[in-house]
Amino acid sequence: MAINWFKYSAPTTFYGLAGKMIPWFAFFAAILFAIGLYIGFFVAPMDAQQGEFYRIMFIHVPASILSMFLYLIMAGYAALGLIFNTRLSAMMASAIAPTGALFALISLWTGALWGKPMWGAWWLWDARLTSELILLFLYLGFIALHASIEDPRRADRAAALLAIVGSVNVPIIYFSVTWWNTLHQGSTIKFSGTSMHIAMQQAMFTMLAACWLYAIAVVLARVRSIILERERNTAWVTQLPGIADLSEVKQ
Amino acid sequence: MKKFTMLDLLVLVIRRDLVLAMRRRADVFTTLIFFVMVASLFPLGVGPEPDMLRKMAAGVLWVAALLASMLSLGRLFSADYLDGTLEQMMLAPQSLSILVLGKMTAHWMVSGLPLVLMAPVLGLQFDMSAQAIGVLIIGLLLGTPILSMVGAIGAALTLGLRGGGVLLSLLVLPLCIPVLIFGTGAVEAVSSGLSIASHLSLLGALLVLALVFTPWVTAQALRISME
Amino acid sequence: MISLDIWMRENPLTYVWFGSYTFALIIFAIEIAMVIHKRKITLQQVRLMRNARDETREDAKEEDAA
Repeated sequence: MAINWFKYSAPTTFYGLAGKMIPWFAFFAAILFAIGLYIGFFVAPMDAQQGEFYRIMFIHVPASILSMFLYLIMAGYAALGLIFNTRLSAMMASAIAPTGALFALISLWTGALWGKPMWGAWWLWDARLTSELILLFLYLGFIALHASIEDPRRADRAAALLAIVGSVNVPIIYFSVTWWNTLHQGSTIKFSGTSMHIAMQQAMFTMLAACWLYAIAVVLARVRSIILERERNTAWVTQLPGIADLSEVKQ
Repeated sequence: MKKFTMLDLLVLVIRRDLVLAMRRRADVFTTLIFFVMVASLFPLGVGPEPDMLRKMAAGVLWVAALLASMLSLGRLFSADYLDGTLEQMMLAPQSLSILVLGKMTAHWMVSGLPLVLMAPVLGLQFDMSAQAIGVLIIGLLLGTPILSMVGAIGAALTLGLRGGGVLLSLLVLPLCIPVLIFGTGAVEAVSSGLSIASHLSLLGALLVLALVFTPWVTAQALRISME
Repeated sequence: MISLDIWMRENPLTYVWFGSYTFALIIFAIEIAMVIHKRKITLQQVRLMRNARDETREDAKEEDAA
């Protein structure tokens, strides 16, 4: 039994730790969302050129930043899992993917809504919008590959390799799309204010922090389920309070 | 006994795969017919105006080539996987990367090269100028091997999976976007009188990068899939 | 489409709220619901497996006793 505990020590301790941390992250995420929205809508002034529409930025920019960083973090965990064969990192990678994909979706949707009043079109083949769309495809590929392999170990390793190949490709794709874009059309409308108002910055950073905390909370909650699912045959899982209760009642 | 060098091995694998492909000629022709058909559907879909077709030609031909090369990727490893040859190859003392490189090369010669040779005819259908067709051919020559090599990674990852074909396209197509951009960009540049050197050298750089890294990555992917 | 343009310019804040922020909040709500649902399902599964194992163990004991 001692060997068993040692072998699964990382997921075991992490399961409890994550369970304690989730409420805190969720709580502060909610508070920061409220503060960020308040500053963004009531304190920050109207932009001279974009009017009220620029306020989409407070959700659009954090969502874009998160979708990109989450991909890199996911690829990092995937690489750790592949090289050192640590079980927890592979679980983290597969827990991050859905959150990253949803942030990419939010970023695309809000980008289109921002584009309509600014450019007069829901969608332009702007370099950043296009790269974001390709990023969403990469996330979907990762999720689809992981889902279609039944053996969890092979799924983890195959998806990890794909994530690493994708992260090597991301700079090449971004560069080529930018290059392609400058060939096809002039520069698109960028944020007009050369100096962003301080309240705008505050709102943006608060929302960014809120999105980070939210993402961490959701990913931890998801990884807890994955740990339970993978380790359901081990001793420590059957001794968890929430699971042991029911069988005691039965007896 | 003669010493078995890496080059011998490479030639051996390429020759073996080519012989196997010649036994099943229908597969090669299916890819080619698909390529011609997709390219011919575009004028029917968007209208016969020569000006518009000339403008679209490079993009249409490149996208058709991209889709056609996806079609045959599923067969890259699956036959060897099913009859156990792949397992023997992995047990062989020779480098798996070299074996994989040989299979990639053979795959390109069977499914990429015919597309390149067919492209001028389709280019004439789209009323492209001779110069533009020349650049298109050079671009395809540099680009289609990249498609085979990047596609091999996807083929190795999806080996033996149900619904592998669609999944394979989902994984590989986003990774091929740079090739598409530089390939069509070169034709566009020559049509508008700009220099094509930058596009083609970038395509060449991608080819070298792919040549260095993809055989090794594909070998790793095969090891993961065969465990 | 033109009427939408006019409406959009007359009510920019409604557009921003309902278009972007409500969408984002719905996505977040769906994701949270998915995570909670997955946890519930997983717990149920683990409990079922544990009970099944306990029962087989009890059966084995009874057989030994018999």
